[in-house]
Amino acid sequence: MSHAATQAAPKKSAGADYDGHLLEVDDLHVEFRTRDGVAKVINGVSYHVDHGETLAVLGESGSGKSVTAQTIMGILDTPPGFVTGGEIRFKGVDMLKQSKEARRKIRAAGIAMVFQDALSALNPVFTVGFQIGELFRKRLGMSRKEARQRAIELLDLVKIPNPKERVRQYPHEFSGGMRQRVMIAMSLALDPDVLIADEPTTALDVTVQAQIMDLLKEIQQERDMGLILITHDLGVVADVADRIAVMYAGRIVEEADCATCYRKPCHPYTIGLLNSIPRMDLKGQELATIKGLPPSLLHIPTGCTFHPRCPMAQEICRTTEPPLLDLGGRWSRCHFAEDLKNRDQEQSAIYLGDQKGLISE
Amino acid sequence: MSEPILQIKDLYKHFPITRGVLFKRTIGEIQAVSGVDLELNKGETLGVVGESGCGKSTLAKLVMMLERPSSGHIFYRGTDIASLSPRALRRVRREIQLVMQDPYSSLNPRMTVGDIVGEPFEIHPEVAPKGQRRKKVQELLDVVGMNPEHINRYPHQFSGGQRQRIGIARALALRPEVIICDEPVSALDVSIQAQVMNLLESLQEELGLAYIFIAHDLSVVRHLADRVAVMYLGKIVEIGTEDQIYERSAHPYTQALLSAVPVPDPAARETKKIIRLEGDPPSPADPPSGCRFRTRCWKAQDICAAKEPELIVREGIDHPAACHFAESRVIVQSHES
Repeated sequence: MSHAATQAAPKKSAGADYDGHLLEVDDLHVEFRTRDGVAKVINGVSYHVDHGETLAVLGESGSGKSVTAQTIMGILDTPPGFVTGGEIRFKGVDMLKQSKEARRKIRAAGIAMVFQDALSALNPVFTVGFQIGELFRKRLGMSRKEARQRAIELLDLVKIPNPKERVRQYPHEFSGGMRQRVMIAMSLALDPDVLIADEPTTALDVTVQAQIMDLLKEIQQERDMGLILITHDLGVVADVADRIAVMYAGRIVEEADCATCYRKPCHPYTIGLLNSIPRMDLKGQELATIKGLPPSLLHIPTGCTFHPRCPMAQEICRTTEPPLLDLGGRWSRCHFAEDLKNRDQEQSAIYLGDQKGLISE
Repeated sequence: MSEPILQIKDLYKHFPITRGVLFKRTIGEIQAVSGVDLELNKGETLGVVGESGCGKSTLAKLVMMLERPSSGHIFYRGTDIASLSPRALRRVRREIQLVMQDPYSSLNPRMTVGDIVGEPFEIHPEVAPKGQRRKKVQELLDVVGMNPEHINRYPHQFSGGQRQRIGIARALALRPEVIICDEPVSALDVSIQAQVMNLLESLQEELGLAYIFIAHDLSVVRHLADRVAVMYLGKIVEIGTEDQIYERSAHPYTQALLSAVPVPDPAARETKKIIRLEGDPPSPADPPSGCRFRTRCWKAQDICAAKEPELIVREGIDHPAACHFAESRVIVQSHES
């Protein structure tokens, strides 16, 4: 069972001999056409994930992290959401150019997703076993009996006690953590190469969160999957991520490997985030505040999207949008990224002189 | 500092579980809060932490007298508010106010900000005469860092963080001594969370407020609280100062809880000691005998099922913990910031 995903790879026809990135989002643009105007939700997002790698996509609500995932999965609501540019390549094949049916096939075999709210993601009127088995019946044409057997195996895999009894139960009979395990079991059913987990532990208590993250890590390593973890929790990210992409207002503003990003963030937004979270291991910590609010996507600021909230903002930030600057294996979308990288002082200093944010919202 | 203004003694709240429509029979009870003792001093922040379902929000409702306790006493400055007449209770309520978790559902969408923040004055007209109310509301908005000119706007015109500020302004309107904060920042984005936490801190300094700060996020509680109480299934299992709980916790549940909190530092991955709890908390309708934590505890012995451990100071530990085998342990490596 363990390396089923990698062994199964060659028989997946599309782009089997492709040696680039496993999943690659390239310059993706998505907009929402609403009554109030066009909201540019995703503005040129690019990221990739490989086998066995964990990419954390970090951002606040409205930063576009979930919409990117929905676009990859093809579950973006159209209308109001429209893809206006870019490519999503899975093993080299651009999924956005495929027919609906072809795309569904690629996705079914290759990419799976775990949602935040497991209770609303499960159907309350069918048993858990039936819902997991549905995949096997519909995709692999198994009989009900076989499908149930496979469902029991999967529940066992995600460490649900008494799987034989549990398959017959309904979602409401499961606790929050157990429901999330069921979701994970479902996502693993067809041996995906990439798993997208959208805030998988946000609704859970810390002790249960730790169990679920352990399970995800274990399964990922066992199956050599690529994992895209979408979250706003900087603690969870520090625990599991290999690489981090920080999103703000529909753009990636910083990308780096996990340790570098935490040790020496090179974008004022990342610095602000890292210094605004209370930490259990620090005494007498002074919290930095990022003044103001994330911008409305209907009226994205000119120049650098972060400039109205940035303590370092200069004239150039108001007029010119900074490109994603290469800082040697890491990237930052800030005009002063080089300065930040070479800075000796504690990064937090740029915020602590700027506590006006408390009052002037 | 050590003058208790609020004392909770042996507080119980059991909710009946009923069956039947016409002839309701009680078939059991949920022991949401069972035997809680707490003291809150003037000007301090008492953090209450625990997993969902441990009774921390019920505790808040009891202190607000939104729920009547099944038994026990809540003393506010020496008077037992659980036995007061409604008229006398109204006066006490002025002194204890609440900030709720969800800034979206806790503000009436049909009322303007001015009406929301000024509503407490309708109920307690003695605090502000009619002519001055508008001015008072504008002052309050200014105190919580909002533009006083926004007094005629509606809640939907504000972001989550600003709405939480409106909720805080409303709680401050009657100049209370105690504010109960039930998860006040958990619905907010990280960058906004810090703004609201800093606001709560500076208000406490200025106005000498005492907070009961209920949260499941242990990092947030450490940042704000002077003392911390850890709850599990309706009982307090450990209580102490911030340092005692976070640096020398003695109860296995507290230790497990602390070790499960992810620390935002990738370097901690290697060094972190992790205690993994199995399963979920048992149902409060049918709690285990003896120590309620024994079903998930790695230290459990026969005595834990037979005898309930008292919340007392045990040998070698500097604060009360309800465990027969309590033992101080360093879980989080703290350092000065």
